[in-house]
Amino acid sequence: MRIQPLGDTALLAELSTRLETAINTRAIALAAALKKRRDVRQAIAGYASVTVHFDPDQATHESLAAAIKRLAAKRPPMEEPGRLHRIPVNYDGPDIADVSERLNLSRNDVIAIHTRPIYRVFLVGFVPGWAYLGPLPEELALPRRDLPRTQVPTGSVAIAGRQTGIYPLPTPGGWHLIGRTNVKLFLPDSDPPCLFRAGDRVKFFSISQ
Amino acid sequence: MEKPGLLTTVQDLGRLNAIAAGVQPGGAMDRFAHSAANLLVGNDPGLATLECTLFGPALIAEQSCLIAITGADLDARVNGAEAPPWTSFLLGPGDRLTFAGRRQGARAYIAIAGGFAADRWLGSLSTNLLTARGGFRGRALKAGDSLGVAGEARKPAVEGRHMPGELRPAYSEHTLYAVPGPHLKRLDAESRRLLFEAPYAVGPDSDRMGYRLDGPRLIDTGEELLSFGLVAGAVQVPRGGLPILLMADHQTAGGYPVVATVVSASLPIAAQLLPGHDLQLAGITTARAQAMRKALAAGLETLRDDGC
Repeated sequence: MRIQPLGDTALLAELSTRLETAINTRAIALAAALKKRRDVRQAIAGYASVTVHFDPDQATHESLAAAIKRLAAKRPPMEEPGRLHRIPVNYDGPDIADVSERLNLSRNDVIAIHTRPIYRVFLVGFVPGWAYLGPLPEELALPRRDLPRTQVPTGSVAIAGRQTGIYPLPTPGGWHLIGRTNVKLFLPDSDPPCLFRAGDRVKFFSISQ
Repeated sequence: MEKPGLLTTVQDLGRLNAIAAGVQPGGAMDRFAHSAANLLVGNDPGLATLECTLFGPALIAEQSCLIAITGADLDARVNGAEAPPWTSFLLGPGDRLTFAGRRQGARAYIAIAGGFAADRWLGSLSTNLLTARGGFRGRALKAGDSLGVAGEARKPAVEGRHMPGELRPAYSEHTLYAVPGPHLKRLDAESRRLLFEAPYAVGPDSDRMGYRLDGPRLIDTGEELLSFGLVAGAVQVPRGGLPILLMADHQTAGGYPVVATVVSASLPIAAQLLPGHDLQLAGITTARAQAMRKALAAGLETLRDDGC
């Protein structure tokens, strides 16, 4: 594990550089344990890391790094399976024809492959309500679009690399838009204001005609 | 509110608790000036102030109130006469507060005894423009808006409470101190040298989310990173090689390498830079950064303890 400063009031603890569910599970458990400490203001799990914001009047990088190593050495608690969300998708996104062609698959193949796995929410972040879901089956892996769109509509279901996700707000985006859903990801009147939480599971199903 | 200015928003110290949902932390860009303005009028540092960008608003007092203006010097005037900066003073009913023009800095803060009344969203009164939540109806202020006071002042109104220049950040110096970042070693040797030695300028596409820095491109030699949680002050190097300095409304997670992080004592100085301004990053240890942070915090404490 590498623990390094992010300025004078935060640090980044990197557990690994690999995309693995077991490591993400450890990162989420470590963030939850750190959040209970009085000298920690916030702890956010990444794919394989934890970013810790601390109170510099109560902790130093050294004291917190030692605490993180102690916590990480403990056997992680058994992970409860995350909540399962079933998400209806109309696979009529503006990029589905292009994606099918580039992958040499039929549109129905793309739908069948995208709806096959139960994805994991590795991380919630970037913009409000956005969740990084994966791993996307290798058969659908494509690099991001060369030209990102300046505005992606809310509810767009998208893929890039070994990841998939749903745009919660109209934002710029470079992922391939294969479908759309009416499920609301950003819930401004709830706390937390998002449907998905790190560790949740997501299954897509097709409502395309 | 007679005229809104360029971008006047309600801000406080942000909503760090909401970043787990991907909501930007937000809050005042210059936390020092925001906190000082509050303390000068006898408030706790976390109450809501108005952040006024570049061209200040024109406001008319409906009732008498104690206010203080800190941060950028936008040439504040009361009924046309110069108002003292970084000093508490009273406005009477009908008094007109205007700003004649920018002289130094980018963002001024107006605090009022009792704090400005605003919408609380996810634990903070700060305005989140992306989601149109918090602050004054989730938006920048407009002509005709009427602002209220949140509560009773914590201390009796005292005019003339002042924060001297030597207790403030060194706003006129454009050196930002930064701790080496977790991914600094991914840069080639020449880029590592340039990062802390070359002059950069704040780019035109710079806002509350972050500053694009114009200057030498940095060469990142590593593979794509897995996304991780970001902090204000982080200096990211995207694929094009021109660094981005993340500010108060930054995205909460990303996968670009973080090669340095501007320390908390230098963020107020960064907050007062405008597109086109030069800046220079200078390497610093975390121990030195803590000492700088404590020195500024001690200056703020003198406002709290002056017995007024």
